[in-house]
Amino acid sequence: MDFEWTLFVESLPALARGAATTAELAFVSICGGLVLGLMGGLARVSGIAALNAFALFCVTLLRGVPLLVTMLFFYYGLPSLGLLLEAKTVAILALSLTNGAYVTEIVRAGIQSIDRGQMRAARSLGMGWALAMRRIVLPQALRRVLPPIGNEAITLLKNTALVSVIAIPDLLRAGTDIMTWQANTFSPFAGVALMYLMMTLPLVWLVARLESRWRVA
Amino acid sequence: MSVIAVRNLHKSYGKTPVLRGVDLAVAKGETVCVIGPSGSGKSTLLQCLNGLEPFESGEVIVAGQHIGWGRGGARIPEREMTFARRRIGIVFQQFNLFPHMSALANVMEAPVQVLKRPRAVVEAEARALLARVGLAHKADAYPADLSGGQQQRVAIARALAMQPEVMLFDEVTSALDPELVGEVLAVMRGLAKDGMTMLVVTHEMGFAREAADRVIFMDGGLVVEQGPPAEVLGRPREARTREFLGRVLRPESIEA
Ligand SMILES: Nc1ncnc2c1ncn2[C@@H]1O[C@H](COP(=O)(O)OP(=O)(O)OP(=O)(O)O)[C@@H](O)[C@H]1O
Ligand SMILES: [Mg+2]
Repeated sequence: MDFEWTLFVESLPALARGAATTAELAFVSICGGLVLGLMGGLARVSGIAALNAFALFCVTLLRGVPLLVTMLFFYYGLPSLGLLLEAKTVAILALSLTNGAYVTEIVRAGIQSIDRGQMRAARSLGMGWALAMRRIVLPQALRRVLPPIGNEAITLLKNTALVSVIAIPDLLRAGTDIMTWQANTFSPFAGVALMYLMMTLPLVWLVARLESRWRVA
Repeated sequence: MSVIAVRNLHKSYGKTPVLRGVDLAVAKGETVCVIGPSGSGKSTLLQCLNGLEPFESGEVIVAGQHIGWGRGGARIPEREMTFARRRIGIVFQQFNLFPHMSALANVMEAPVQVLKRPRAVVEAEARALLARVGLAHKADAYPADLSGGQQQRVAIARALAMQPEVMLFDEVTSALDPELVGEVLAVMRGLAKDGMTMLVVTHEMGFAREAADRVIFMDGGLVVEQGPPAEVLGRPREARTREFLGRVLRPESIEA
């Protein structure tokens, strides 16, 4: 099996279309995961027992079940419950929820790592819990957990490769398609690997930039 | 009219009683120092006064607001106590400045976010407060770049920015290097002289002697003795007070 330069170049447009789908899925799911993770993390530290228990239940479930299984369950299982979802919706749902579970625990740990005196000082100035959390605790906690959250985002980006099993024409799928009718694995997959790598770079850059911007204090 | 009135305050952590029936009153404009051995419940008392720690029973009224329990034993809703805290300033041993904000932003935070007052007005007041604690030139510095004494003075300015009716101090000089203690005590003396109502938990007997209108000695979760500083510190009636003073007063500070 050898590398064919022309085949590599010819496969790029098709791969780019697949990469666009992957990027879209990743972007929407990363945003979804961040929102869910923030809400989940706050629920975990809210001091409201029912909220905490519910969040912990969801986290345990989503972290305990392989992402691929979650996705297949949504794709094949939910229709039998009368809920028919588009493949893309299923992918975004599964990716966001799983990512949200990991981000939830990162956010919780981040909040709990902030000295309790911060909350006490904020509350004693007349701030309510929510205001103190938003203005004082969260900004410090999020700054601290930015690197692990960035890691989760990169993991999610790469996990989008699983969506090809529910017939979404993503980057990996574009690569396997080319491989099938060109009977050459190496050349298109070099392109696939390269494009995944290139898509993680903006994430790495963004995290590094946010980190340095926030390192004021 | 008492700004702080405490009657028969009981508080325990789990099964361990920490406050066992504290009675206390602080009049408007009065500076009261609380002394007592470690573990006697002084910090716990202050946290009960602004409702940060729940307690089992007792009547606590601070700045005109019932804290913890109302008349007839009804629990005061958290919302009301959050509101009451606007009028109760507190300064901690560990400063607890917000590290992600400049000194000026620390002082402006509560008036802007809690009281929703206009930024420009608040900023002018905050700068004046920083000047009052001798830190006008450090307005843009972050807590990490300030000395302990400077941080503690910012913390005092931050509490004053809410224009509280009463200030609580919890061993605010205990975490400081000895040479930085004086600058913080000087700010507190100034406040006392300007008529601020203050309840000051302290190990600084010199400060208690000269700045306090009254000294309270606490031990084992109870007020054991109280009176003018000259009496409590100079001619204590209770054996436990004498024993405590004997332990903490080094020879040089007796003369001071
Ligand atoms: N959060 C807590 N949980 C359990 N016990 C506590 C807690 N905070 C304080 N205590 C206990 O309550 C008692 C009184 O503590 P407190 O901090 O009020 O004493 P203090 O007079 O301020 O002492 P110090 O001079 O050392 O500051 C101590 O025995 C302490 O161990
Ligand atoms: Mg204490």
